[in-house]
Amino acid sequence: MFDVSTIRDDFPIFNRKIHGNKRLVYLDSAASSQKPQQVLDAMDRLYTHDYANIHRGIHELAEEATAQFEDARNRIADFIGVQDSTEIVFTRNTTESINLVAHAWGRKYLNPGDHILLTEMEHHSNLVPWYMLAQEKGLTIDFIPITADGLLNMDQFNILLNKQPKLVSFTHVSNVLGTINPVAEITALSHQAGAVVLVDGAQSVPHLPVDIEHLGVDFYAFSAHKMCGPTGIGILYGKRVLLEGMNPFLGGGDMIKKVTFEDFSVNEIPYKFEAGTSAIAEAIGFGAAVDYLNAIGMQAIHDHEKEVTKYAYEQLATIPGLQMMGPAADQRGGVISFELDDIHPHDIAQILDAQGIAVRAGHHCAMPLHQRLKVQASTRVSFYLYNTSEDVDDLVKGIYKVKEIFGRGDV
Amino acid sequence: MMDDLYREMILEHYKNPIHKGELEEINHSFEDENPLCGDFIHMDLEVDENGIITNAVFSGHGCAISQASADILLEDIIGKKVEEVQHFDSQYVIDLLGIELGPVRLKCALLPLKVMKAALYGIEKEEE
Repeated sequence: MFDVSTIRDDFPIFNRKIHGNKRLVYLDSAASSQKPQQVLDAMDRLYTHDYANIHRGIHELAEEATAQFEDARNRIADFIGVQDSTEIVFTRNTTESINLVAHAWGRKYLNPGDHILLTEMEHHSNLVPWYMLAQEKGLTIDFIPITADGLLNMDQFNILLNKQPKLVSFTHVSNVLGTINPVAEITALSHQAGAVVLVDGAQSVPHLPVDIEHLGVDFYAFSAHKMCGPTGIGILYGKRVLLEGMNPFLGGGDMIKKVTFEDFSVNEIPYKFEAGTSAIAEAIGFGAAVDYLNAIGMQAIHDHEKEVTKYAYEQLATIPGLQMMGPAADQRGGVISFELDDIHPHDIAQILDAQGIAVRAGHHCAMPLHQRLKVQASTRVSFYLYNTSEDVDDLVKGIYKVKEIFGRGDV
Repeated sequence: MMDDLYREMILEHYKNPIHKGELEEINHSFEDENPLCGDFIHMDLEVDENGIITNAVFSGHGCAISQASADILLEDIIGKKVEEVQHFDSQYVIDLLGIELGPVRLKCALLPLKVMKAALYGIEKEEE
């Protein structure tokens, strides 16, 4: 049974007030989520009781820390439906995961003149690594366009596949529009055209059940900090055969099998991509976050978010001068970006903040998408398992306050 | 905080700017933007043979802070000598606005100063 008030009790941040005495209405989980006590405790326990460097020490602490670290990897693999946990590479975050693929796979396998296919709704982290690689290697990048209601244009996608892209890289859930993309369908079509598929899962794994092997993707990237875990730790899933063929990423300790004065040999996957001391406590915290979400159930979390998002969508639709971007409520995740009259999003966010309401303002690291939609900047609210209809009601009141201050209140 | 930031003076300059427009007779002009938030300011300034700023207008779009700051800054510099204005720094603009700003909003508030200096002296990067 999903009980929001019990869930909120797990998050100590909700005990604090904002600007003196305002209730915290946190509507910025798409940027980063808050952390439950269970995750903080897991990291604390490691540092106070079990901490040492992993993978090398021959002493009890090193062995215990290593076991916990590797156990976290196994639990994260389970969480996303991956049988073989050597296919799970620890990175810093989604951005680093995508960069890893660009460097270790892209530089090895892509050649001048090759096409890669992205979409118009990508976050900068799934654009810039490819722009950099395209400049270096002379690649051509095409973009799957979006439709007027913020979905990927599948007809255009099919046409673009005729260019035989070597890679199709796209987001599972848009961080601006909230669009949930048909990953399995896009992956199957891309594979038929001979492309490798990478999916940016930063906004999906935290919010809905994801079964990577069922989706059939080749690479999948996501971050802990958007799913109740700590910052500084993320995942790259890659199919074993691909990971094994790739070049290493960063060089250093842990990623080598043997080093001489002349040469080195590369370690097995996933260690081949994990040079240097990993974010040990963060990985263990990530494991605890996965346990926390599992105990509640991803389907239950998704259903709750759908309910709150639908309510928000209906309430926001009643505000004069407010324009929501993206698809209808039943086709999106827990993200709503909007414009309000001609009021700049920074002003909106600042006035909402004064009322204890945390939202995101700007282009949300998706400048090309805003350009495409001819929107200078937008205000974004995003929901997670701890948000309530009361949060939505406070948001609506807050938006009316913005309108009042800017003299748009006479509605 | 909100009451400070969006007090009547700022909102008045934002809603009914005195110095918004374009000049025909200009000898100094510049424009710049904060790409992260989309604030954009274009300034036209007229300086006479004695080095006095006789007229100044701006155009642009963006948040209330950036646009009000432009209007308030121009209101202040008209009639002043170019050498005098050269010494204006971030603190001067903050004092003019009379509000406390966090680091993100400071960029909005200081864009007009940056544009003004670039227009007058060709300095493109104002230290923050």
